[in-house]
Amino acid sequence: MTEVARPQTAQATAAVLAQAAAGGRSVRIVGGGTKQAWGAAASEPAVTLETGRLDRILEHNAGDLTAVLEAGVPLARAQAAFASTGQMLALDPPLGDDQAATIGGVIATADSGPLRHRYGGPRDLVIGITVALSDGTVARAGGKVIKNVAGYDLAKLFTGSFGTLGAIVSVNVRLHPRPHASATASGASADPALLATAARALAAAPLELEALDVAWRDGWGALLARAGGARPEHQARRAAALLREEGLERVDVTSEDAPLWERQRAGQRSPGRALVRVATTPSALAEVLRAAGDCGAAVVGRAALGTSYVELDPDAVAALRERLPNVRAAVLLDGPVALRRAQDPWEAPEGPALELMRRVKRSFDPAGTCNPGSFVGGI
Amino acid sequence: MENGAALISRLRAICGAEHVLTHPDALAPYRSDGLAHYRQTPLAAVLPATGEQVREVVRACFMAGVPWVARGSGTGLSGGALPIAEGVLIVLARLRRILAVRLDDARVVVEPGVTNLAISRAVAPTHFYPPDPSSQVVCSIGGNIAENSGGAHCFKYGFTTNYVAGLEVVLSDGTVVELHRDAPGYDLLGTFVGSEGTLGVATKIELRVVPVPETVRTALAFFEDTGAAGEAVTAIVSAGIVPAAIEMMDRLSIRATEQATGAGYRLDAGAALIVELDGPEEECAARFEHVRALCRDAGGRDIRVASSESERALIWKARKAAFAAMGRVAPAYFVQDGVIPRTRLPEVLRRIDELAAEHGLQVANVFHAGDGNLHPLICYDAANPGEPERAEELANLILRACLDQGGSITGEHGVGVDKKSQMPAMFSEQDLDGFHRLRCAFDPHGLANPGKVMPTPRLCGEVPGPYREHPLERAGVAARL
Repeated sequence: MTEVARPQTAQATAAVLAQAAAGGRSVRIVGGGTKQAWGAAASEPAVTLETGRLDRILEHNAGDLTAVLEAGVPLARAQAAFASTGQMLALDPPLGDDQAATIGGVIATADSGPLRHRYGGPRDLVIGITVALSDGTVARAGGKVIKNVAGYDLAKLFTGSFGTLGAIVSVNVRLHPRPHASATASGASADPALLATAARALAAAPLELEALDVAWRDGWGALLARAGGARPEHQARRAAALLREEGLERVDVTSEDAPLWERQRAGQRSPGRALVRVATTPSALAEVLRAAGDCGAAVVGRAALGTSYVELDPDAVAALRERLPNVRAAVLLDGPVALRRAQDPWEAPEGPALELMRRVKRSFDPAGTCNPGSFVGGI
Repeated sequence: MENGAALISRLRAICGAEHVLTHPDALAPYRSDGLAHYRQTPLAAVLPATGEQVREVVRACFMAGVPWVARGSGTGLSGGALPIAEGVLIVLARLRRILAVRLDDARVVVEPGVTNLAISRAVAPTHFYPPDPSSQVVCSIGGNIAENSGGAHCFKYGFTTNYVAGLEVVLSDGTVVELHRDAPGYDLLGTFVGSEGTLGVATKIELRVVPVPETVRTALAFFEDTGAAGEAVTAIVSAGIVPAAIEMMDRLSIRATEQATGAGYRLDAGAALIVELDGPEEECAARFEHVRALCRDAGGRDIRVASSESERALIWKARKAAFAAMGRVAPAYFVQDGVIPRTRLPEVLRRIDELAAEHGLQVANVFHAGDGNLHPLICYDAANPGEPERAEELANLILRACLDQGGSITGEHGVGVDKKSQMPAMFSEQDLDGFHRLRCAFDPHGLANPGKVMPTPRLCGEVPGPYREHPLERAGVAARL
């Protein structure tokens, strides 16, 4: 029977972890619960630590383009607050049912969306962090200013750590101006190589795109280039001209582009099937699309970054991984428990880097209290 | 020092005798980095030629229990590359090969001794590497990684850490670790960047580069005082404009640089603001008009627009010469590096004025206005008894003023030895304990650049096996409590 703790302060969060550690009990840290099926299928925890009461927007310094958010703040709520001053946190992953995803969960899983093209991922937007550790320590790192090199960058260490080092209590983030308007150029092709060269041309063009995505489904693919700024339509038309030059078909420009991007974000989830996040060099895009096509998969991805979300039948996951032997990572994010038991979701190779990660884990969570067994190499 | 002699002969075998320096004369240039008032002569300086040699050198130090410090071009401003008397200085200046340029992936792979500017040159004319510390002609990319260097253009483009895609790192036991941005697991890459040489030494570096902007527009505006210039900055940023660079200089720094460069800055102005926009032509043109209007509204007068590359270079010449030009105003100065939330500028400048008056010293302010990174230059004359000490005290109080406003003790120069005593003013004991845990995971024996960053030397617990004297105990750097 899992015990549920809902602390309201950093100290109380640390106390929950410390008590569990003292009793040799494991803790799973849960925000909105929208990504519970990510990572290795770990055994049932003794304690569930819910961040739902850590739900305050502690600061929004509009003039400084920064904010301090407690971990349990739903990202959608924070975005609404920032939007009221024409700002945004440039982080747009899918937010799940009822838009329940919290900032803590998004940071802990390093999830992102199409805006990663321009603004980087969560690790590039988090400027400070407060964490609770399993010995009862509450530690901060970074600060509340955009530029700061004092102390180690533990914010990056905890970003994407899947709660295995401790609980994120609050994060300090950098904000950006929200573009007043946007426009998107799109073009299509059935040829992965053509899509890849067009993506390369757009990435190398001095257009300052907000996002540059690829989509692939049923033997047909598209590129999407989104422009913001002062003259979005002008920029989008330039992108469209490039798409035509590169031989793409059905080239179009629209300023009613929200649904296009909603679809891209939705493609980063797989209700009922399996989702693999593939990381390659950007130039390997055609290879990824072909391999995905061979496995009957659909793809959305960041065309210039080499990050692709491949959605496919659980039975096809092993085949996809075999077809992509030289990729940086092919992480199984979403999938049935049976699949996540049969296939290591992380596939982090044994070696000095993994050894170092195990030492980091031992250093921050020596008792192995926090989210044990869910991360790389059994961490 | 039998142990030392054995180590030195091992280092000679690895790198060749001519690349292992032990004579005090040969070591003289390596006694300090850019912060010359901290000096120390190391046991030896070694100049390996390859990553493999670096690994062997680090391994040899580990076997001998001798600490080491990695050094790039030695331009650092926090004493981060200050040698250790009983340690080895590993100079990376000979590792300066550009290993691969892959513009299809917007990537370049280099060795740590390559200069910052050489990277932009290697990917020109289509691409460039944005982080541009003012020492970019000489500073090494390995040093940039250690310090997470910034520069004038990082408000828009970000810092070194945003551009590092992969690293080959030698840990202090000689283990080689490959870290990559997209690899599954902890973001050890992001954690390593900015760790000031205390977690290991990078021997191979993969960087992201970006397309050269279509156009650049630069304006120089003069204001009555820094308050008005600060209002212009706030108006620009609040309008949703992200300038490529936005730099402010106060009256004293204008006067010094104008004397030095003759760039045509107005000597009657209380503040000068350089605003640079870059990007697509249309976008820039629209934004630029807006910026000019906002500067005018904030009381900007004599707003000059560079109409050619040479005019742009002239505007920047004064800004980039600011530190050097201070020599004309004062025989000596400290450069401080503090950060504040940008909107607190008026309070902090007022406080700096008060403090300067109390200490009877002059302070010139040069400042990355977009991201709130202040570089007060505290002028003093060492010939006057007590003045250097007063200047140092003033420099420290300025940092406290930054912290009081929610800022940081360093924006780009690093903690090194210079600011480690300030760390407890910014971080609690528990925060420092968090840092210590990271350091111990990477370097449990404390051999990589010990005595930097952390305010008090601490040993890592739980070293397995029988008690051995810790290298730092032997060196007298730390004691077991």
